[in-house]
Amino acid sequence: MSEAVNPRYAEGITEEIALDHVTADEYEIILKELGRAPNLVELGIFSVMWSEHCSYKSSRLHLSKFPTKGEKVIYGPGENAGVIDIGDGQAAIFKMESHNHPSYIEPYQGAATGVGGILRDVFTMGARPVALMNALRFGDPKHPKTRQLVAGVTAGIGGYGNCVGVPTVGGETNFDKGYNGNILVNAMAVGLADTDKIFTAAAREPDFPVLYVGAKTGRDGIHGATMASAEFGEGSEENRPTVQVGDPFTEKKLIEACLELMSEDAISSIQDMGAAGLTSSSVEMASSGGLGIELDLDHVPQREENMTAYEMMLSESQERMLIIIKPGREHVAERIFRKWDLDVATIGKTAPHGRLVLRHKGEVVCDLPLDPIGENAPKYDRPWFPAEARGSIDPADLHQPEHLGEVLASLMGSPDMASKRWIWRQYDRHVMADTAASSEDPADAAIVRVHGTNKALAITTDCTPRYCFADPFEGGKQAVAEAWRNLTAVGADPIAITDCLNFGNPERPEIMGQFVGCVEGMAEACKALDFPVVSGNVSLYNETDGVAIPPTPAVGAVGLIPDMSQRMGYGGLKDGQVLLLVGETRGELGASLYLREIEGQEKGASPRVDLAVEKRNGDFVRSAIRAGKVSAVHDLSDGGLACAAADMAMAAGVGVKLAYTGALPVFAWMFGEDQGRYLIAADATDAEALRADAKAADVPMDVVGLAGGRFISINGGHAVDLIRLKQAHEGFMPALMDGEPEARVAE
Amino acid sequence: MKTAVIVFPGSNCDRDAAMALEAVTGQKPAMVWHEETELPEGLDFIMVPGGFSYGDYLRSGAVAARSPIVNDLKKKAEAGVPMLGVCNGFQILTEAGLLDGTLMRNASLHFVCEKAPLLVETANTRFTKGYADRKEILIPVAHHDGNYFADEATLDRIEGEGQVVFRYANNPNGSARDIAGVTNAAGNVLGMMPHPERAVDADHGGTDGLALFESVLGKLS
Repeated sequence: MSEAVNPRYAEGITEEIALDHVTADEYEIILKELGRAPNLVELGIFSVMWSEHCSYKSSRLHLSKFPTKGEKVIYGPGENAGVIDIGDGQAAIFKMESHNHPSYIEPYQGAATGVGGILRDVFTMGARPVALMNALRFGDPKHPKTRQLVAGVTAGIGGYGNCVGVPTVGGETNFDKGYNGNILVNAMAVGLADTDKIFTAAAREPDFPVLYVGAKTGRDGIHGATMASAEFGEGSEENRPTVQVGDPFTEKKLIEACLELMSEDAISSIQDMGAAGLTSSSVEMASSGGLGIELDLDHVPQREENMTAYEMMLSESQERMLIIIKPGREHVAERIFRKWDLDVATIGKTAPHGRLVLRHKGEVVCDLPLDPIGENAPKYDRPWFPAEARGSIDPADLHQPEHLGEVLASLMGSPDMASKRWIWRQYDRHVMADTAASSEDPADAAIVRVHGTNKALAITTDCTPRYCFADPFEGGKQAVAEAWRNLTAVGADPIAITDCLNFGNPERPEIMGQFVGCVEGMAEACKALDFPVVSGNVSLYNETDGVAIPPTPAVGAVGLIPDMSQRMGYGGLKDGQVLLLVGETRGELGASLYLREIEGQEKGASPRVDLAVEKRNGDFVRSAIRAGKVSAVHDLSDGGLACAAADMAMAAGVGVKLAYTGALPVFAWMFGEDQGRYLIAADATDAEALRADAKAADVPMDVVGLAGGRFISINGGHAVDLIRLKQAHEGFMPALMDGEPEARVAE
Repeated sequence: MKTAVIVFPGSNCDRDAAMALEAVTGQKPAMVWHEETELPEGLDFIMVPGGFSYGDYLRSGAVAARSPIVNDLKKKAEAGVPMLGVCNGFQILTEAGLLDGTLMRNASLHFVCEKAPLLVETANTRFTKGYADRKEILIPVAHHDGNYFADEATLDRIEGEGQVVFRYANNPNGSARDIAGVTNAAGNVLGMMPHPERAVDADHGGTDGLALFESVLGKLS
């Protein structure tokens, strides 16, 4: 106890107020650091800066296990977004971020402002945003809230992204009862910049003016970061006022104005106001530059009257940026921001003293040393224990399904596998005119041309929470490996990833064990695949009344296709071609989609990922694509070989006759989720040469099917019509959202 | 060829429009800010691009239609300069009174983005003569307010005058009589919800929009 500090509470502060902001232990640290009691403004600042959301206090220790450097990494974690070199003096800048808590409370605005926030992280660094992705997890389709949450989140993502004019090119959507009380809304943005025009946040010089630009500050989102760092319980809906309100029109103007100002020699450093608004942006800029900052809050553009210093510092009003400008260049910023009808005001200056000093109405209302707020925020080594290992599943112990074609149809129509057309049809996927493949196209990753060139970015998001729950370490590995595989399948060189680590309450050792397991698994895969982590975000406390979400470390990955003409998809299957399976099949059904959907069981060990094999098989597939020897490639994931074959068949409108004579039960061969595998289509005349190449590369590859007809069959039987498959595949979402019993299927 | 693209706050297809015009004419268009009061002299073609001018607040296109530049746009329309409004541009042209009808919220109430099959109603316009050999083309749509509406008398009149240029083969938004694009009576102003500028490149959206630009810009081979 810091008994030496007297009084223990500043005027107007009670123990109750103090503990509403920080824990008792943390309050002691504050007393010790300051040698006096903090006032309310200061307490508010500690509270948001030391929130899990801003400080990463439970996760930081483990995040350092990620490989973050590489030949192509220009900026890794620590900046607003990761920056990678894509050649020719150009860089791709990207990050993924969660907006889970607000999206559950107010789905439209929660999701919309998630998109707005992640866009700002990217254009803050000088990039023009060129693509948006999202990874969404909802509860059981039958849960009474699910439909409303899907509708609101979809409309919010579309409402924001469509208006700012950045295409939403892909993503993934899962349903699982584990998300009934906490949905996940993870948004990713990708931008492009020239490598010599990248902007960072760290303050460089003292006595440089600090400019506030963008929208005015209101009372919305106060304590949003704190809300996002707590579990939900009874009455969480009352948190609605902590959810911010987005204005994509202002964001669009802000993008254009910032990029215009960035093309002039005026900005010293720049930072968006995200979680914890003016507080975190000013603290981060000053402390990462080893400087101090002084702000006069009277000059902050305000939307409402009589705002207090506390409210201004904690507001999470959207579409605002903080700029440290080169002295004498303020007028350039003023001209540009006025042109775009945006607020611009000089609200302070950088200072040499390493403190955050705030004035309001002529009085100093906050004077804090920066180190304890930012760099030296509490870090916890939380206790954890590993998840219990599950036994593997022997297919011989499962029922033998009677009609394999019918099983395939039910898998293709199951919530996780079904077409998400209902969702992505509401996203503008084509604006900016560089989208070469998006959700509507048969490709394992979105493909966005680098404007004005013949190269393209490949982008994907991946995670299989079933696996992460069964085995956090293997599941973490698999999330990274699947992202790498998806980029490979479209012909890209995978470069780097961003992540969004969504977990429950880290104060529970089993949840912390899931976190540590997933992080270590991801780190191992990133190292083996030379696929560093360049940015990311952690979202903890995704838990309601003590029930946590399944561990969900979503991976967002970016790769480069050097020549657009060599991009690949899975829609190019042609009548008479052969289907070749790359990789080894042991019929792994543990934690599989088959087991969950058909047997109604969620058990068994998740499939193992052999990273050396993953790399070898992927490198082989990529070289086959570039040699022009294949016409379609699909990675194997949920639902295994048969579901991948069904995707290819439906996309091309050509049936597939599968054949298997091996020792496994046929259903295990068809639906097993063994990793490191691809299905490729090639002309029969090229198959021999491909097999020779595979053999030379030590890659297992077998002919598993022949394209033709209108059915998918196995060993001459169990046929299922492509129309029937398509109805099943397209039927789930409209039935859920519009109550339409039959899918709309094109003739 | 001298072309121009008008840029409003919230326009977001201005770059797409400029790229399409440059691809067809070989020259960059003039990008004209909405606060200008005059368009450049001697324009051969003007584009009012898509987007969310003024955030679609109040009513799509309503605020932009009162911008300073629109006075001169009206003069140019009257003088017969060919112009095309796409998506939000179509909404702006109807709000400015340059085209009949209005665009209401989609019947589904959802934003819709898809490649829409369009029927070319007439190849007998300056915008569509390049489609003489084609009845159906595929052009992307992406909008929330694309539900074309006009009273029956107006619809009969514009149908009778051959002003309905494109119709949806598979109506995505509830538009009256499946109308996707209309011209003014003089035939020099075309408004359409689908985005032909997103269909001028085989690597993105196909090439079915090319003939429209080639027709109006006199570049048909």
